[in-house]
Amino acid sequence: MDAISYERAADLTGAVRSGQQPGASFIGGGTNLLDLMKGGVSRPVKLIDITHVGGELDAIATLPDGGLRVGALVRNSDAANHALVRERYPLLSQALLAGASAQLRNMATVGGNLMQRTRCSYFYDTAFAQCNKRQPGSGCAAREGFSRTHAIFGASPQCIAVNPSDMSVGLAALDAVVRVTGPNGERSIPIGEFHRLPGERPDLDTTLQFGELITAVDLPPPLYSDHAHYVKVRDRASYAFALVSVAAALQMDGHTVKSARIALGGVAHKPWRAQAAEQMLAGHPLTDTNVKNAAAAALRDAQPQRDNRFKIELAQRAIVRAVNQAAGMPGGVA
Amino acid sequence: MSQDHVRDEPDDVVVTSPATASTAAATATPPNTSRRRFLQSAAAAATVGAAPQLRAQTQPAAPQPVSPPAPAAAPARPVTLQINGREYALQLEPRVTLLDALREYAGLMGTKKGCDRGQCGACTVLADGRRINSCLTLAVMHEGEAITTVEGLAQNGALSPLQRAFIEHDAFQCGYCTPGQLCSATALLGEFAAGTVSTVSADVRRHPPQLSDDEIRERMSGNLCRCGAYANIVAAVRAVHGSASANASHAGPAGNA
Repeated sequence: MDAISYERAADLTGAVRSGQQPGASFIGGGTNLLDLMKGGVSRPVKLIDITHVGGELDAIATLPDGGLRVGALVRNSDAANHALVRERYPLLSQALLAGASAQLRNMATVGGNLMQRTRCSYFYDTAFAQCNKRQPGSGCAAREGFSRTHAIFGASPQCIAVNPSDMSVGLAALDAVVRVTGPNGERSIPIGEFHRLPGERPDLDTTLQFGELITAVDLPPPLYSDHAHYVKVRDRASYAFALVSVAAALQMDGHTVKSARIALGGVAHKPWRAQAAEQMLAGHPLTDTNVKNAAAAALRDAQPQRDNRFKIELAQRAIVRAVNQAAGMPGGVA
Repeated sequence: MSQDHVRDEPDDVVVTSPATASTAAATATPPNTSRRRFLQSAAAAATVGAAPQLRAQTQPAAPQPVSPPAPAAAPARPVTLQINGREYALQLEPRVTLLDALREYAGLMGTKKGCDRGQCGACTVLADGRRINSCLTLAVMHEGEAITTVEGLAQNGALSPLQRAFIEHDAFQCGYCTPGQLCSATALLGEFAAGTVSTVSADVRRHPPQLSDDEIRERMSGNLCRCGAYANIVAAVRAVHGSASANASHAGPAGNA
């Protein structure tokens, strides 16, 4: 790892001020950043430790509208096991618990999870000179390489990487809002606009502006506490990134779907909302045929790479399973 | 993982008491120059020579990231760590991980370096009772926390129940992952008692009724064992959990009556 300097921010104002220094990077849990630094993929010269700024960044609190604010520095394990998250947003609990290991979840923060970078092996391995995400303009080794784990939606000729976060997929289905603060003040970013598609600038993962720091994630009032389910399909039973994952949340009226939210992970550069499928389910009885048709609609526009055509069928089956589990077994697992 | 990477080499081991470790570390730098460090330096020197040609062959013109160049070294600073109930006054560069601080500066070799990238769990320690991967965190970020390593699990010379169970159930072969497994399992039992759920729990809104083997396997999935002692590790954890539960029920109101 390169030599770095270190500064412990005492409060939020100090953190934002220090974050504007050239080559500075915020560090929370550090589980992704230090890994990237050891590999020479990220090379900040100064780390601003934000884990001691305290205040609402460490807290989980109810909002006046009935929603929930989860501070950016809340550790993944604490968020997943918080009584209000488990009771009102079991989908978020499940998504968080599907990621990483107990040790990493104890370290990783909610804000840091949102900032996770892709696990595309060509991005991670600097022996490959071509990576537009790591080195803009250098090319994309993955396009000509082994593309089994890569995108089937929203890729560009510059980048076919996928976002690795499980938590973000849950947040996408729950219509969360990311709160940030920075040199130009505070703002709120809907989760669907927080992560970017690669386009011409795959080096940019998010729409955060220079110097901005995530302070919290706001969850809207809970509508899907009773019917939500997260399915993660991976190469081993635990402690692996998703090939495909599905967050499904339903509002049921008897056997009829009142409204549906479905987000996919492991398929795009950002959590991928399956709005066509949501619309097909809403207002109709939950029958096998309807669910299968909705799943097919969700994948209709998929554009697989050479080695990942299997994700199209896999994602459809995962959607069927997630929706059925959400409808029938509140809070349960596949 | 190369063989060199995972093995504890005799010349790398610094035998000191914690007290002398603090003194030695306070004077600066790692305690000695090991063969491993020499090999790393030699490899780095060789790479410097080879790198320009490699870049010329494979790298098209591309804009460089706008960031000041990294300095070769940053000044060491005083970092005080509480490890296994003792205070260690160390001099560390900010980039020193907690794992390297434990092994190379505090002289506590029990915590192992496996992958050094958060993928194997060999480096698991407890920070204020929470299990973490010491390889993916900076030592300087842990001032003021109570760090527990495998050396701190035994109390007054008596092995902890999990340590005894690992021996009784033959829960290791080469033993390299064992310090991490022990720290991880120690935290696991506390987490389950506190009512946490896992991804195999039937309903996250309820406390899992029992610590099933599936729950143990999932909750221990952050600790890899290349010898494949998993079945016996699960048995050891199950045994300690079972006896703790039995004791708890004996000690409860009914047991006292």
